[in-house]
Amino acid sequence: MTIAPAIGTELTAVTQEATQPGWWRRMPTKAKVGVVLFGLFVLTAIIGPLVTPYDPSYQNPSPGASMNAPSAAHLLGTTQSGQDVLSQLLVGIRLTLELGLIVGVVATALAVIVGVTAGFLGGFWDELLSLVTNVFLVIPALPLLIVLLGYFPNRGEAPTIIVLALLGWPWGARVMRAQTLAIRNRDFVAASRETGERTWRIITFEIIPNEVSLIAASFVNTVLYAIGASVALAFIGVADLNSWSLGTMLYWAQSQQALQLGAWWWFVPPGLAVALMGTALVLLNTGIDELGNPRLRDASSASRIAGRWLKPADPTPVLSEISLRRNGFAGFLHSFSRSSLLDKAEAGEGR
Amino acid sequence: MSFIVRRLIFYVVAAWVALTINFFIPRLVPGNAVESIMSKFPNLQPAAYRAIEAMLGVGHPGSIWHQYWAYLVDVAHFNLGTSTSEYPAQVSTLLGEALPWTIVLVGTATVIAFLVGTALGIAAGWRHGGGLDRVLPGLMFLQAIPYFFFALILLELFAVKAHVFPIAQGYGQGLIPGWNWPFISSAIYHSLLPALTIVLTSIAGWMLQMRNVMITTIGEDYVVAAQAKGLHNRRVVLTYAARNAILPQLQGFGLAIGFVVSGALVMEIVFSYPGIGLLLINSVTSNDYALTQAIFLVITFAVLLANVIVDIVIVFVDPRARAREATR
Repeated sequence: MTIAPAIGTELTAVTQEATQPGWWRRMPTKAKVGVVLFGLFVLTAIIGPLVTPYDPSYQNPSPGASMNAPSAAHLLGTTQSGQDVLSQLLVGIRLTLELGLIVGVVATALAVIVGVTAGFLGGFWDELLSLVTNVFLVIPALPLLIVLLGYFPNRGEAPTIIVLALLGWPWGARVMRAQTLAIRNRDFVAASRETGERTWRIITFEIIPNEVSLIAASFVNTVLYAIGASVALAFIGVADLNSWSLGTMLYWAQSQQALQLGAWWWFVPPGLAVALMGTALVLLNTGIDELGNPRLRDASSASRIAGRWLKPADPTPVLSEISLRRNGFAGFLHSFSRSSLLDKAEAGEGR
Repeated sequence: MSFIVRRLIFYVVAAWVALTINFFIPRLVPGNAVESIMSKFPNLQPAAYRAIEAMLGVGHPGSIWHQYWAYLVDVAHFNLGTSTSEYPAQVSTLLGEALPWTIVLVGTATVIAFLVGTALGIAAGWRHGGGLDRVLPGLMFLQAIPYFFFALILLELFAVKAHVFPIAQGYGQGLIPGWNWPFISSAIYHSLLPALTIVLTSIAGWMLQMRNVMITTIGEDYVVAAQAKGLHNRRVVLTYAARNAILPQLQGFGLAIGFVVSGALVMEIVFSYPGIGLLLINSVTSNDYALTQAIFLVITFAVLLANVIVDIVIVFVDPRARAREATR
């Protein structure tokens, strides 16, 4: 009698052991490094502000506390006004990461809405939304961000998040639309259409679940953009300069001549944190890419069969020959896009 | 209608969208130039409001459509208003002084980075799994570094510590800008470190993109066929694989140019380089709205122009485009 539950628990333990490492081992090395590195930053963002040795804004009035090199009392030294750099860094990582993740969620949601709608509805709506997407892709984002935020009286976190999210969706929308175009004519979508499913149901339960990996990649990219842009904006001074983010740390370091005074401990930690956070995201994204396209993996993922190195074959291409009939106004709008050059049907008609 | 003409119409639409956004931002977002001046000088009487408005030419007489039309006419005549931070200088004059610096520096550095990055990408794609692949994580790190932070590090190493390069400005003190050798050599010397920053940080992106396209292209049957024919390796790589892989790379160049320019603008601040980026930060910190908006327009138009050039290059490089240009 006592054996039965023992076997049961052992079984679950075994199956867990069998699936868990398999899933982790299947991940490309780059993605693993990215996940670990990014996880460290998330942990720092959660725990960091709770364990800061000093108040990041506390200005030590004693002249001896100004511009101290790293020491036991201040592990990363102090600023011009005697503030503790490590405390600022711990608080700053949270604020920057928080902003990046919120913008990532909002902008990716917008990208999915625009991209999937355009791809699924097709025709006029597709071409109109694609035109808008392409226009916003070609207008440089950072100067527009500066102009928009420059007019807000308090350049706090909320306006920054809104404006970054409003300008961060076109890249994702483009990818999402291409993928939707590729799968909307598949049999399972046709089947659900035949059974009388409503359009929104097909989109949310048939199309979007098949795009999860692309949505993840687009999210990672958007977070990367948001962190880069928000740090650059804060560095220029277009941010709430009383809060501590990695960007505002760099702003104060630059404006108080940390470089000229040789205080490397002031500007190197926040910059390095941004760079490492970005590297983690780039690695993560390359990993996701390699999951989808095994050809991109490095040679170590090739397998050795009968003394020869074989690389895994290419999976089904996402953008296989999609022939879309465009007519009327939709075709007219499409002819202005760069991709119209690659249309086979149109190219053939010229001959 | 030919490809180029249609693309030009697209860019005109994009330019119009930028102009329209630029027109509506100050009218929709709270805060304006006059109020910022009023708050800077608290002893001004409320009656001075109108006077400042007239001085800056920011009063809004007439209907919104009338204003919109007047604005478009002004932009077409490069009449971009008066700068408040460097009053009474015209915005267009300030732009004219700063623009050549940025165009020469960012343009040259970006083209160099693109060419070198693409060449490295071809090599890395061909020797897949070779030595160049091993430096990939390092390149990803370079790609993730914000331009301005990389600029700070280079300055620290080469200007503050080693004194190899000048620490700031676009040319040596006491020189008068002009077409004389002392000035030009000094300007080149001062631009080396900023150029190096742009090249090193943006090279990784081009290289990774080209590498990935190359790897996919090399798997194509026609490349295998070319090798089977016994063609020289160099010929297979350059005229078979790279020749076709360059097309998506060029399209990517058109899309990414805005990012590179934005990064380069912020970088100028670190070097106090007398270009558009430095002008932009000065206008932002002093609430010089007319100047900020004009800079946004100039940057947008420059990026659009770069895209037009990319499209023209695509027509030259892509035989499909040429064939269709000829038949229509």
